[in-house]
Amino acid sequence: MKRTASESRTNKSQQSERSLWQRLFAREGMGQAVLLPLLSVFTALLIGAVIIAFSNVEIIAAWKNLFSSPMETLKLTWQGISHAYQAMFEGAFGIPSEMAKAYKEWKTTGETRPLLEAFRPISESLVIATPYIFAGLGVALGFRGGMFNIGAEGQLFAAGLVATLIGYSVKGLPIYIHMPLAVLGGALGGALWASIPGALKAKTGAHEVINTIMMNYIAFRLTDYLLSGPMMRPDGLPISRDVLPSAYIPPMFAPPMRLHWGFIFALVMAWVVYWFLWKTPLGMEIRMVGANPKAARYAGVRNAMITVLTMALSGALAGMAGVGQILGVNHNMVRAFSTGYGFDAIALALLGNSHPLGVVLSSLLFGFLRGGAARMQSVADVPVELIRIIQGLVIVFIAAPEIIRSLYRIKEKKQEGPTAKLVAN
Amino acid sequence: MPPILELRGITKTFPGVLANDNIDLTLNEGEILALLGENGAGKTTLMNILYGLYKPDGGEIYIRGRKEIIYDPHDAIRLGIGMVHQHFMLVPVFSVTENVMLGTETTKAGIFLDRQSVTEQIQNISSQFQLTVDPNAKVEDLSVGVQQRVEIIKVLYRHADILILDEPTAVLTPQEVDEFFTIIKSLIKQGKSVIFITHKLKEVLAIADRITVLRNGHVAGTTTPKESTEASLANMMVGRQVILTVSKKPAKPTDVILDVKNLSVKDDRDLLAVDNLSFQVKAGEVLGIAGVQGNGQKELIEALTGLRKIENGVVEIMGKNTTSASPRDIREVGTAHVPEDRQQMGLVLSFSVADNMILNTYYEAPFTKSYNLQKAEIEKAARERVQLFDVRTPGISVPVSNLSGGNQQKVIIAREFSRPIKLLIASQPTRGLDIGSIEYIHGRIIQKRDEGCAVLVVSSELDEIMALADRIAVMYKGHIIGILPAKEATREQLGLLMAGIHDTASESVSAHETR
Repeated sequence: MKRTASESRTNKSQQSERSLWQRLFAREGMGQAVLLPLLSVFTALLIGAVIIAFSNVEIIAAWKNLFSSPMETLKLTWQGISHAYQAMFEGAFGIPSEMAKAYKEWKTTGETRPLLEAFRPISESLVIATPYIFAGLGVALGFRGGMFNIGAEGQLFAAGLVATLIGYSVKGLPIYIHMPLAVLGGALGGALWASIPGALKAKTGAHEVINTIMMNYIAFRLTDYLLSGPMMRPDGLPISRDVLPSAYIPPMFAPPMRLHWGFIFALVMAWVVYWFLWKTPLGMEIRMVGANPKAARYAGVRNAMITVLTMALSGALAGMAGVGQILGVNHNMVRAFSTGYGFDAIALALLGNSHPLGVVLSSLLFGFLRGGAARMQSVADVPVELIRIIQGLVIVFIAAPEIIRSLYRIKEKKQEGPTAKLVAN
Repeated sequence: MPPILELRGITKTFPGVLANDNIDLTLNEGEILALLGENGAGKTTLMNILYGLYKPDGGEIYIRGRKEIIYDPHDAIRLGIGMVHQHFMLVPVFSVTENVMLGTETTKAGIFLDRQSVTEQIQNISSQFQLTVDPNAKVEDLSVGVQQRVEIIKVLYRHADILILDEPTAVLTPQEVDEFFTIIKSLIKQGKSVIFITHKLKEVLAIADRITVLRNGHVAGTTTPKESTEASLANMMVGRQVILTVSKKPAKPTDVILDVKNLSVKDDRDLLAVDNLSFQVKAGEVLGIAGVQGNGQKELIEALTGLRKIENGVVEIMGKNTTSASPRDIREVGTAHVPEDRQQMGLVLSFSVADNMILNTYYEAPFTKSYNLQKAEIEKAARERVQLFDVRTPGISVPVSNLSGGNQQKVIIAREFSRPIKLLIASQPTRGLDIGSIEYIHGRIIQKRDEGCAVLVVSSELDEIMALADRIAVMYKGHIIGILPAKEATREQLGLLMAGIHDTASESVSAHETR
């Protein structure tokens, strides 16, 4: 035993030589970049299963009889867990049998109503995933440029305010001008909001984590003021005036499906971010400043300018999350229009290894988890908070990959140290 | 009597690599054993096994004839093995006493630190081994040489009989190296045994009793200084004939390329680091700047390359005033910069070899066209350069962090030398590299000189300066206190200048040269 203890100690000391930042930005080895998140999700669902079991009164009661009727106990436990996760699955995607039935009916009679009803759960999940993708992309782009943008939530509010304002106050424009104008204005609002901490960092070195948090508070209070004052609806509720239909991001299907074209736009933006970061010289500069600012300066990059630009782009993307919600779903702005998309975005960027494809996949995952939560509560009587626990566990496992590595005995790929040097020699 | 330490058949593999292959090594009591080898030869792995940091896959360790299994550094210390690392493990704001007692604190009444008795023990050790040091001084106020003494005292305080010294002279001036050797000899006289890890051949010949050479993870041979020469040791290390001196023709200096007039630069603490400096470098010559690290060389280079603000004075490159130009402007004039800190400044370690090959030209044709990085062109250039500059890499798309130090430096050299340049500024171009890489990089630098490039080399290694330079300038406290023609310069003379001792002979030379 002593042997393994001393071995793990050396491993740990090698590990600590790489800072958190290096682990975030320069995680090497594509295989592990995919494997570790998958195992993290899997493990979180397993622990979720245990929590489901032990928050169920019947199952707890059954465990008291474990020794008298062990099979019965295990069966009951299994049923409880599978029932809950089945409900979650149905809530996230839909009930397969009903989906098939509705599809058949539509084939024969052309009746779309049941079809839309049956497929509504998956549409709802994608509606939730849409702001996740935008905000996650924003935070990921910030990470790539070395900026820890905790202010995505505030940027989302700033963008939402601008989009709402343009949405209800500009009148008489056709949709193909009004809607893009509102979208663009919102993105610009997010960009400006984020570029303030960016400029502070570039000019004075003030840390962006502190300043983006502070900018969040300013955005929240500004929203409170505007929604209960200048932008308030005539009936006196703290809700903004309604956005004009000409500024709506159009829905993709008929009601009750709420999925809008913002989802497709989010996927396109993921590709654009990928292209920008990896295929253009400016993107290379952002990644250079993020990975090694000293080397970037040596290579002739204007770091200060890149820092502000990184924050502006990050803020624009995060802002798009708010814009999409308001112009595509709510059509007005309330204080609670975001359920913390901007904060979850940090987790999504980490989970997705700050890569656009990773962000899209993890956003879809979170969308489905959140989408399935309501049905899990109503059908299986498992509180929605379980989803929060699962999300939280996923993030813990991603932030501390050692847990997953030691659970599944995955060796870390050593890139530095004597091994790598010897390989190269 | 059995040897104090014997390693038999030590084998250690890392995934896919045989780091130590069946290594036998013997250390006799009262002996200095030099462990010689290139970077990556397995020296450090072997010593980490001995110190309990790695577990060997096979082999046995005998100490004083008894077989021992060393699980961790505590076992090693208990067995009387002490290690002085290349990078000191001291807490700068602690006193010498506090640093020595750290980890094995002696206490009074169980809770109060007993500094007094530790101080006394340090004084005893100091006088016994001629390790002069003030126990109450703060470590951050001590020079590097004295800090090293503190490290040795730390080891002796823990009753080590076998001292492992990992590249102990890398940070010392020539004079400090002499002092250090005196200390080592007094340790031996008192019955200690020393393993001295290095890749400096001169030192090995000067101090070792026996020499064990490692190559590619196995013992290439064991010999004594009497039986060997620098060349024979180098051959053993590299496994082939090595040319230790750079063969070069006399310089043919022509036009002034770099003209520095009255340059003053401040360091990060806002103190004047470069003080009213003037010099010129001509096309076709190498000006070497010697000096102990921290005498303003870093600030000088950063100022010349646009990375640091110039307080006063003028810098002209090929007649163009670059005093306040950006790094990119200076590069575009035709300057190449091989920076001192290759991993922190010269490379982005997480980027691929290919991206690092174009790290400062990525925005130019042919690498960028109509706002798109041209992957095919970048890879083509990378492949050509990898081949042309003999970069040993598994491929051009692997992160450059996977390469050895020598090959990382070759990536920088390849990038900087693959453009038409008129001025080459190289800072510590071969620090920490193995003989093979040093030989190669020196050859490339001289080749650039002969192509008509002006070369400015900064190095704290006198051997390197003497091998490369046509003229040698010595920097001391922000001044150039002498410029000597390389042919006339001797090690002693340069060593004195590096220590700031300004005798009349060199003064007349410097006055003559800087006129």
